[in-house]
Amino acid sequence: MAKKPVEKQEVETTGHEWDGIQEFNNPLPRWWLWTTYACIIWGIGYVIAYPAIPLPGGATPGLLGYSSRGEVAADIAAIDAMNAPLVARINELDLTEIATDDLVGGEADGFAYNGGQAVFQTFCAQCHGAGANGFVGYPSLIDDDWIWGGTIEDIHTTISYGIRHETNLDTRISEMPAFGEFLSKEEIGDIVEYVGSLSGINGAVATEENEMLFLDNCAACHMDDGTGDRFAGAPNLTDAIWLYGSDVETLTHTVTFARAGVMPAWEGRLSESQIRQAAVYIHSLGGGE
Amino acid sequence: MNEESSKPASLYEAREPIFPRKVKGKFRNLKWWLMGLMLGLYYILPWVRWDRGTNLPDQAVLLDMANRRFFFFWIEIWPHEFYFIAGLLIMAGLGLFLFTSALGRVWCGYACPQTVWTDLFILVERWVEGDRNARIRLLKAKWDARKIRLRLTKWAAWLLIGAATGGAWVFYFADAPTLAVDLVTGDASLMAYGFIISLTIATFFFGGIAREQICIYACPWPRIQAAMMDEETLTVGYRDWRGEPRGKGKSREGEAPLGDCIDCMACVNVCPTGIDIRDGQQLACITCALCIDACDDIMTKIGKPRGLIDYLAVSDFEREKAGEAPRKLWKHVFRLRTLIYISLWGAVGVGLLVALFVRTDMGFSVSPVRNPTYIMLSDGSVRNAYDVRLRNMQGDDVVFNITAEGADGLSLSIEGLEGAAVIAEADETTKIRLYLTSTRDSAFSSTQSSPVRIRIENDETGADAFADTVFNGKDR
Repeated sequence: MAKKPVEKQEVETTGHEWDGIQEFNNPLPRWWLWTTYACIIWGIGYVIAYPAIPLPGGATPGLLGYSSRGEVAADIAAIDAMNAPLVARINELDLTEIATDDLVGGEADGFAYNGGQAVFQTFCAQCHGAGANGFVGYPSLIDDDWIWGGTIEDIHTTISYGIRHETNLDTRISEMPAFGEFLSKEEIGDIVEYVGSLSGINGAVATEENEMLFLDNCAACHMDDGTGDRFAGAPNLTDAIWLYGSDVETLTHTVTFARAGVMPAWEGRLSESQIRQAAVYIHSLGGGE
Repeated sequence: MNEESSKPASLYEAREPIFPRKVKGKFRNLKWWLMGLMLGLYYILPWVRWDRGTNLPDQAVLLDMANRRFFFFWIEIWPHEFYFIAGLLIMAGLGLFLFTSALGRVWCGYACPQTVWTDLFILVERWVEGDRNARIRLLKAKWDARKIRLRLTKWAAWLLIGAATGGAWVFYFADAPTLAVDLVTGDASLMAYGFIISLTIATFFFGGIAREQICIYACPWPRIQAAMMDEETLTVGYRDWRGEPRGKGKSREGEAPLGDCIDCMACVNVCPTGIDIRDGQQLACITCALCIDACDDIMTKIGKPRGLIDYLAVSDFEREKAGEAPRKLWKHVFRLRTLIYISLWGAVGVGLLVALFVRTDMGFSVSPVRNPTYIMLSDGSVRNAYDVRLRNMQGDDVVFNITAEGADGLSLSIEGLEGAAVIAEADETTKIRLYLTSTRDSAFSSTQSSPVRIRIENDETGADAFADTVFNGKDR
């Protein structure tokens, strides 16, 4: 502690003077100087140890062989190793047991649910929507209507092998004929009228004639009562949910040219545990059977 | 110009060692008591137990960082209640303002950890090396066996105190008895050891080496505190009109008679920051009042009235110089400024207390899922989904029954559950997905937005809470 003000002393100046104010040439504080030297030494060591000097083919590698990409890769590997027991647990459990498992189950805090959500938002949301409510031609996954089945096993199969994904041998496949090729416009109009009558839309009325046309052409897949066949991926025509729309024009288009939505198979692109996680997540959104 | 004078003045000034002498008196006693109280609290608090039920820790004061919980006896604070901490910090700030405007740097002098620990370190130093004169001799002495022994003993004692400081610190963040065993067996986390080591070093450095330099150079508080002080503030001062001219012996002829100050330097020798209080109020003075004790001791010995150095207010200077008595203590302490600080401090305190008593240990929030706002089911009925969070701050699981009010015709269901009874797990926020479904022909289905009230009821106690939300129908 300076007890008395320092006596005014002669101090070397730099010779710079502005309006009588002189720039003193005082020495640097000792700690400051030492810090500077320490920084220089540290800097030399850093250039040797770490990537530092940019060259055309990339920076000098440095003795420690550090790279930020390598660090990320190591971090990911560490997280994968940390999650390995959880992943193994998901793979060994029966699909129906995952959601309630002590280790990986549970909503909001469960590994399966959260992992499934991440998979869904990355790979599925483009078509099915971030809220999984679908778009025209892309089914909603949160209602109670399923074309190919809504049990967790069904969902798992659909994700794994896709729908009409032709390069996958196990894919779900069926083909609706384009009835415009062998039915007249009047006959198609009659079928549309009958289909409308099944769920009471479009003010449609069933007659013996259009029922006959339906039974001859459609019932093989959609069943005699129109409730559809999940084995053939034939939608239920008696409910309130329409994948492509329920007005007369859309239905006419559907019958004339047929519909054949395609979903990619994810086996090979996603790991088995990721597919299982996605199935758990989708099953929990309110539509699961 | 000779070589010496041509050298520029160095901006660096080496620290002048300070050897505070032992002192006795009422302020020294007060400081011993305060030191004992504060160190005792610091070391004992983590070991106090408090029963909170089976699922919660039984440590009275615990900062559980991993689970983001703060336990303080009967109070448990979750991260969303951090405003309690903010409120306490505001109260601490206002309290500091209050005490500073009333009594100067009383925080610095009595309660600041830097002061308390430095006091403790100086005490140890005195035990090992002797009082002021012995310590000065030891500093100048050669490094012989005795000096090395004394220095090593002192440093070892300081290190032990430092380790105890850091050791007590980590107990606030984990279950103390478990951690104590883990620390000994080497099973504690690296974080715990790291904190103990760094706090040991910091305590050793701050209390043993840096000492008053922290107060003078490093601490921002001396720079700010002048703004809280005014001429009514009681602070340690020297009655120069009584003491000057200082000097020993009898007045010489032809000169002004000597004052009460005999220039014995007792006040300087006991000062932990090494200043002379007779130079007036200054930045380096932490108002520890030890110079008052030292001077009072001398005044008593030479038969003069005590209080040559005393707690004084600037506004009394002229009054005293004129021979009048200083104003009463309470008139200095209770004035508009301090009353404003007291009422602000009290208002924040009362606000916090009210907030503490009206808060519940059961939290409940309902947020409608907005993507999509509703979904139509195959029979034409309309369903809304809600993310419901049940916060149970108790130590035991609670079963809540969930009902929807004002919603005739809406059926309620919960994802993954049969029925409407939900178990809110102890000390957790339980998240559930709730569904309300209206039939195809219900008015809810065709109304764009209808108000709905979701109510939860504790299955055992019947305590309930509700949250208002909406049911979205088809927008026509």
